[in-house]
Amino acid sequence: METASLTIPELRRKLSSGEVRPREVVDHLASRIEAVDPKIKAYVHLNVEKARAEADKANPALPLGGVPIAIKDVINVKGDPCGCASKILEDYVAPYDATVITKLRRAGAILFGRTNMDEFAMGSSTENSSRGPTHNPWDLERIPGGSSGGSAAAVAGHEAFAALGTDTGGSIRQPAALCSCVGLKPTYGRVSRYGLTAFASSLDQIGTFTKTVEEAALLLEIIAGHDTRDNTSGEQPAPAYTAALKTGVKGMRFGVPKEYFIAGIDPEVEKAVRTAIDEYRGQGAEIVEVSLPHTKYAVAAYYIIATAEASSNLARFDGVRYGRRVQNPKDILDLYGRTRAEGFGPEVKRRIILGAYVLSSGYYDAYYNRAQQVRRLIADDFRQAFKKCDALLTPTSPTPAFKLGERMQDPLQMYLADIFTIAVNLAGICGVSIPCGFTSAKLPIGLQIIGPKWGEEAILRAAHAYERATPWHKEKPPL
Amino acid sequence: MSATTSLTAADYEAVIGLEVHVQLKTKTKMFCCCKNEFGGAVNSHVCPVCLGLPGVLPVPNEEAIIKTILTGEMLGCQIATRCKFDRKNYFYPDMPKNYQISQYDEPLCRGGTVRLDLMAYPKDAQKDPATSADKAVRLVRIHLEEDVAKSFHFEDGTSGIDFNRAGTPLMEIVSEADMSSPEEAFAYLSSLKQILIYGDVSDADMEKGQMRCDVNVSVRPRGQKEFGTKCELKNLNSISGVRRALKYEIARQIDVVASGGKIEQQTRRWDDDKGETTLMRTKEQAHDYRYFPDPDIHPVRTDEGLYEEAQSRMPELPAAKKLRLALEYSLTAYQAGVLAADAPLADYFEKAAKPKPANGPAIANFLLNDYLAIAQAEEIRPKAPAFYFTELAELSVSGKINSRQAKEVFAQMVTAGKSPTQLVKELGLEQVSDVAQLEAFCDQAIAANPKSVADFKAGKQNAVNALKGQVMKLSKGTANPQLVGEILLKKLSA
Repeated sequence: METASLTIPELRRKLSSGEVRPREVVDHLASRIEAVDPKIKAYVHLNVEKARAEADKANPALPLGGVPIAIKDVINVKGDPCGCASKILEDYVAPYDATVITKLRRAGAILFGRTNMDEFAMGSSTENSSRGPTHNPWDLERIPGGSSGGSAAAVAGHEAFAALGTDTGGSIRQPAALCSCVGLKPTYGRVSRYGLTAFASSLDQIGTFTKTVEEAALLLEIIAGHDTRDNTSGEQPAPAYTAALKTGVKGMRFGVPKEYFIAGIDPEVEKAVRTAIDEYRGQGAEIVEVSLPHTKYAVAAYYIIATAEASSNLARFDGVRYGRRVQNPKDILDLYGRTRAEGFGPEVKRRIILGAYVLSSGYYDAYYNRAQQVRRLIADDFRQAFKKCDALLTPTSPTPAFKLGERMQDPLQMYLADIFTIAVNLAGICGVSIPCGFTSAKLPIGLQIIGPKWGEEAILRAAHAYERATPWHKEKPPL
Repeated sequence: MSATTSLTAADYEAVIGLEVHVQLKTKTKMFCCCKNEFGGAVNSHVCPVCLGLPGVLPVPNEEAIIKTILTGEMLGCQIATRCKFDRKNYFYPDMPKNYQISQYDEPLCRGGTVRLDLMAYPKDAQKDPATSADKAVRLVRIHLEEDVAKSFHFEDGTSGIDFNRAGTPLMEIVSEADMSSPEEAFAYLSSLKQILIYGDVSDADMEKGQMRCDVNVSVRPRGQKEFGTKCELKNLNSISGVRRALKYEIARQIDVVASGGKIEQQTRRWDDDKGETTLMRTKEQAHDYRYFPDPDIHPVRTDEGLYEEAQSRMPELPAAKKLRLALEYSLTAYQAGVLAADAPLADYFEKAAKPKPANGPAIANFLLNDYLAIAQAEEIRPKAPAFYFTELAELSVSGKINSRQAKEVFAQMVTAGKSPTQLVKELGLEQVSDVAQLEAFCDQAIAANPKSVADFKAGKQNAVNALKGQVMKLSKGTANPQLVGEILLKKLSA
C-alpha cells in the first residue's frame, strides 16, 4: 500500500514501529502531490523544506506525531501565507497561529500545504478562487465542490492524509460528498474560530476531511474545546470521540425529513441514499419519517444573514494596514474603492453588496431581522425532530459533481447546491457527510447524517457503523 | 421676507447638550489583552485583535463593563439587565475593522443626572448671583464601546496612524440639552470629572485625551419651545476651552439670528488660539451605520454578579462627603467643599484628623492654605505622612507653638521629612508660656525701649506692638504672643 494512501492510524503504527520515518512520510506525500496535483490543483502553497524540518523534530508518541495535515487557505498559520484565495490577500503572511493550529501542533502534527478554496469561502464549487479552480479527482472536468474543494480533493486524491476545512453553509459536507470522503461540520462553538478568517460569524465552523470516520473522530478530539479567545466557543468539555465509535446503531432512531426528498434530486443520488437508509434498518435501527416544514426558507434566510455578516467582516480589507493596496490613490476613498474593486472577485462583491443592502436603514427589519426570526423557526424544526430521533439521514447534495463552468452564469443555481446542508448551519447543529455510493458515471454520492447540538458522538457512531458495512471508503480515484 | 427684529442678545437663550467620551481606567483594552496605557512608542501596544487582522475575535473586558455600571450607579441611571454589543459600520483609516464595536439600542445605562454643585462652576461664575446653586442636568444614556486609533497628519501630506489607542474601552455619556450657558457646561464637565475620579473609573484628564467632549448648541428666543438649528462643535481640548468655545459660538449664532439670518446645521471646529469656530462640514447625508448585533460576542447578563460587584465599589459621593466632613470635623462649608472636591485630599485630611476630630479645622487650614500652596507652586503634592498634620495641628491648637512657628515647622516637615514633634525639639521652638519667663522678657523689653513705653502712656495703644516685637526677638520667637500682650499691658498700665 502506498504510504500516501494510508489512514492515520495505519500511518501512526508504522511511525511508532519505526517502519517509516517522519521525513519519509513527507517525501512520499510530496511525490504523490508532484504526480497528481498538476491535474487536481488542490494546493495553493506547499513548503516541502519546512515540512521536512518539522518532520525531523516529530515525536511519534504524540496523538498526531509526524502526521502531515493540509490546511484550507483561510485558516491562519504563523509564517505561512493566508490568501483566502483572494487577490486582496495574495501576499499576506499570517503573524499568528489559529487556535486549531496550536492544538494540532501540540498533538505533533506537521502542517503541510495550504489548499484551494472559493474566495473567502464564498462558493460551492471552488471556481471562485483567484488561483483557478480545483478539479474533482474522480473526473477532472468536474468541480470538487466548495468552498473547501481543495481540501476535499486532496484527501480524496490521496494527496493528504487529512485536511482542515470550513463549513458555513455546507462547504465541508458538500465537497466531501462530491469527492467521496468524510466531511465533518461540528456543532457551532465546538471548535474555536480564533484564527479563521471570518466569512459569516454566526455560521462558520472549522471541520475535517478524512478518508474514514475514525480519523474524523480522532481529529475532532484534538481540535475541539473551549477557547477563551473565542467568545462564541462552547464551554462543554470535548469527550473522547473515538471511544463510543464502535457501539453500532442497534436501537438508534433515524429520522428521514420528507422535505429533503423532493423533485429535483438526481435519481441516482436518491437511490443511493435510500439504499443507505435500508442498510441502517438492516443493522437494527428504527427509521421514522419527520418533517422540517421551514426547510424551503433556509437558502433565502442564509443568503441574508451570511451576506450581512460577511459585508461587515470583509470591511477590514481596505489596503490600509495589510494586504493588497492600489498604487497612487488620489485620496482615501480612491484607496478603498480601487483596492477593493481590484482585490475582490465578482461573487465576493455580489455578497458584500447584498449584505450591506439587507442591513441598510429601512431594510433591516424586512430582511436581516426577519431572516433571524426564520432562522429561529428552522432551529425549532430540528429541535422538534430530535425529540423523535437521534439523528437525521439525508442526501448531502441534490446532484453529483457538475461540470466546471456549468453554473457560473447563474449564481442562484449555484446557491441551490447547498440546499440540504444550509439549514444545519442556520440551526448551529452538527452534520457529517460520508460516501454512500457512486453514480453510473462513477461520480461520488454522499449521505448526510445530521445530529443535534453537541451530538457529534451520535453521528460519528452512526457514520462508522455504515462505513464498516460498506466498501465506498476503500475506493480510490483513477489517478 | 427677512425682517430686522428688535430682539437683542439678551432676548435669546442657548440650548446646550454635551456628548462626552471617557477612557476607562482598565489594565487592558476593551476586546483584547493589550495594555491600556498612555504614552508608549507608536504602535507598541497592539496585537492582531486590535489591529483587525484576518481571523481575530473580540472578547469583552469585564472590568470595563463593571466600571460602566458603576458610573451609571453613581449618576442614578437605570442599568440594563444585559450588556449587548452592536457593530457600527463605516470606513475610516482609524478604525481597524472598519466597524466599531459599540452599543446601539441597548445602552448599559439609561437616564440619570449630573448635579451641578456651585463649586463646580468657574470661580468667577461662583460669585455671580445668576448662577444656579442646584441645577441638575439629565442624561440620556451611557454606553460602552471601543476607541479608535489616532491619526497624525504630517507636513509632507502623508498621514500616519497610531493604533495604541485603538480598542481602548470608552464610555459615551450623552446628556439632554439641559444646559443654557457656557458656565453650566463647564460645571457639568467638572462635576462629571469629579464623579469619574471618585469612582476610580477614569482620570478624565481632557488634555491627555482621557475625556473628550463634543458640544451641540443652538439658540432660540427666550421662552420659545421649539429648538433652534444646532451646530456641533469639535476640537475642544480642555474644560475651560469648552466654555470659551460656547461663549463664542452662542454669540455668533445670536448675531446671525438677530440680524434676520438662519443658522445652517454644521459641524464647526474650535480654534483656541484664534478664539473662533470655523466651518468643518455642513450636515451631510446622515451616515447609515447598518447597526446589527455583533455575532462574535454573546450578550452578558449584568444581574449575575457584575452589578453586585459594581455596587460594592460605590464610593461616598462628593455631596455626601462634604456634609459628613463638615459635621464630623466641625469644618466650614467652604473647607468641607474644597476637600470633598478632591477625593485623595479628603482621604489625606481624614487620616490626619481622625485621631482628634476636634482639631479638624486646624488641619483643614494647614492643608488648604499651606499644603495646597506648595502643590500649586511646584505642581506636585509634597509627600508627608498624614500624622505629621495630626501632630502639627495639636501643637498649634494646644498653644505649644504659635502660628509663625507652625509655618516654619510645616515648611521643614515637607522638605526635611521630619515629624513636627521632632522638629520642635530640634529647632527649640517650644513656645514659652511660662509666666515667670515671659515677665522677665517683658521687663527686659520695657527697660530697653523707653520711647515705646512713653508713647504708649501718651495714648498710642499700638506702641505695645513694638514692645511685643522686642519680646519675640529676645525669646527668639518662642514667646506666646497672646500672653506677652497681656503681661505687657498689665505692666504698662500699672
